[in-house]
Amino acid sequence: MRFSAAGQPRRVPAPSPHRRRQRRRDALVFFAFAGPNLLLIATFIYFPLLSNVYYSTLNWRMGATSATSAGLDNYVRLFTSAQGAEMWRVTITFTVVTVVASMVLGLLVALALNRKIPGITASRTAVFSPYVLSGVGVGMVWNFIFDPQLGVLGHVFRAFGASSPEWYLDGDLALGMVMMVYVWKNLGFCAVVFLAGLQSIPSDLIEAARIDRAGALTRFFKLTLPLLSPTVFFLTVTTILSSMQAFDILKIMTPSGNGTNTIVFELYLQGFGPYQNAGYAAAISVVLFVVLFAITAFQMRFVEKRVHYA
Amino acid sequence: MSSTHLADWRQAFSRRNIVATVLGGYLPILLALAVIVLPLLWMAIASFKPAGEIITMQPTLLPQEPTLDNYRHVADTVPLLTVLGNSLIVTVVGSAIKVLLAVTTAYALVFVDFRFKNVVFIAILVALMVPPEAALLPNYMTISAMGGRNTLWGIILPGLGTAFGTFLLRQQFKTLPKDLLEAAKLDGAGHLKRLWRIVAPVSAPTIATVALVTIVGEWNNFMWPLIITDSVDTMTLPVGLNLLQTIEGQTGSYGYLMAGAVLVILPVLIVFAAMQRFIVSGLTQGAVK
Repeated sequence: MRFSAAGQPRRVPAPSPHRRRQRRRDALVFFAFAGPNLLLIATFIYFPLLSNVYYSTLNWRMGATSATSAGLDNYVRLFTSAQGAEMWRVTITFTVVTVVASMVLGLLVALALNRKIPGITASRTAVFSPYVLSGVGVGMVWNFIFDPQLGVLGHVFRAFGASSPEWYLDGDLALGMVMMVYVWKNLGFCAVVFLAGLQSIPSDLIEAARIDRAGALTRFFKLTLPLLSPTVFFLTVTTILSSMQAFDILKIMTPSGNGTNTIVFELYLQGFGPYQNAGYAAAISVVLFVVLFAITAFQMRFVEKRVHYA
Repeated sequence: MSSTHLADWRQAFSRRNIVATVLGGYLPILLALAVIVLPLLWMAIASFKPAGEIITMQPTLLPQEPTLDNYRHVADTVPLLTVLGNSLIVTVVGSAIKVLLAVTTAYALVFVDFRFKNVVFIAILVALMVPPEAALLPNYMTISAMGGRNTLWGIILPGLGTAFGTFLLRQQFKTLPKDLLEAAKLDGAGHLKRLWRIVAPVSAPTIATVALVTIVGEWNNFMWPLIITDSVDTMTLPVGLNLLQTIEGQTGSYGYLMAGAVLVILPVLIVFAAMQRFIVSGLTQGAVK
């Protein structure tokens, strides 16, 4: 419906037959162009969201032909069982640590890359590159590096007279390991976004502060960082979203999820892994959607007000 | 050369300045590069090492007797050409359809008059916020029921609806001057002609961006193909490598595994190196205004 500036429905004269025909033709063209995509989105994005809600109320093993109603049991289990608590602990640890680490390191790298010296463009490309690489390939590479006997890291530990930690046997070490690899893969993204933010800061501002004899640290904390705050917020939201969806590195490095069961990994293990617990997996899907949707909606509502979507 | 220039010159090359440039400028960058590049280099080198050089207490940087055996072994264990071909088909077909749908949908949202356009757009925005993992289980049921398990179309189909590409292209189309299209309309050009003759050519860089980001995403996609295939005949490369790792286990067959990792990482690395500007701008879209 069209609204006038005052928010009142505009008085539209009754359309002529010609106008009505034109409208119908436009609607047809619209659906010819957008229809296939809309149909796919409805079938494979909207429909699953709804059917997950139904599946989540079932006590249903994957592949079984019959299921019994479970009411809200799956949700209760998700929030009260020891297994559920472990999943939330791992998810929150993984998310907080990887978000903070990739942003802090990303900012440091961006500051290093924010100067005009020969070779800087190639360096920026190289730093960003892990972000686009297959998580499966990356996970395999780091499996080799972390291997306590054969890995390069083990050799380094032995060179210092220590023995390599058993990364794969201890749950906390395994979580630490996958977090390090995840940060390695994603900090280039933070660096590139921070770099763009840094370059949008007018250099005469920094120069003026320098003339006022503000030290490097003062300039950074009093000037650069506040001016970067929109970038910081954008990155916080996007890295939270991607950290919560981490999967391929976790699956490759810790195939059965010992100490690394984040929400998405647990969703996979419950639905398609050894447990075949489809109802519970559906409940996880619903909760995952609600959490991620809330974070995104928050971002759009409070941060991107200036961006006009409609 | 005037004396002030000479002084500048001297100052630029003074020992103090050189040390400052190296320590403050290059050292942090070199450190970052080492952390990023060394693991990938280690992978590439190990893929050419015979097993004896990997299972050793004295590792050397370069292979002493470089060999292609690892690649041969991978090809024997996982039908390499098959999974590589599957990955290529899924990536090419999937990306081509996705980009086409994104272009036509974005065109309709911007240039076709339709009363409920904004409702449709909001529905697409919401779809943009749905993590693919949240749709996993029902999509598995749907595709299985359609007989799409262990088929290439079963891998491609659920991912075809594209909110990301539509969104990006709509933003671009909105910046095009309306007069351009009005003129074409008066000349009697229909919507299809306006799209292919005017809108698409002038938006080529944005379409290329969407295409590249889509290609990278399809090539690396792991979770869905992992779930919907369990036969090597229809697996994509990442799933095949996951299988390879399961078969080889922790028996010290890292040479094979590194050869596999090279195969899945290298193509994207090459595409990225050549097209990085497009890919970076696509992936960081919306980051900085």
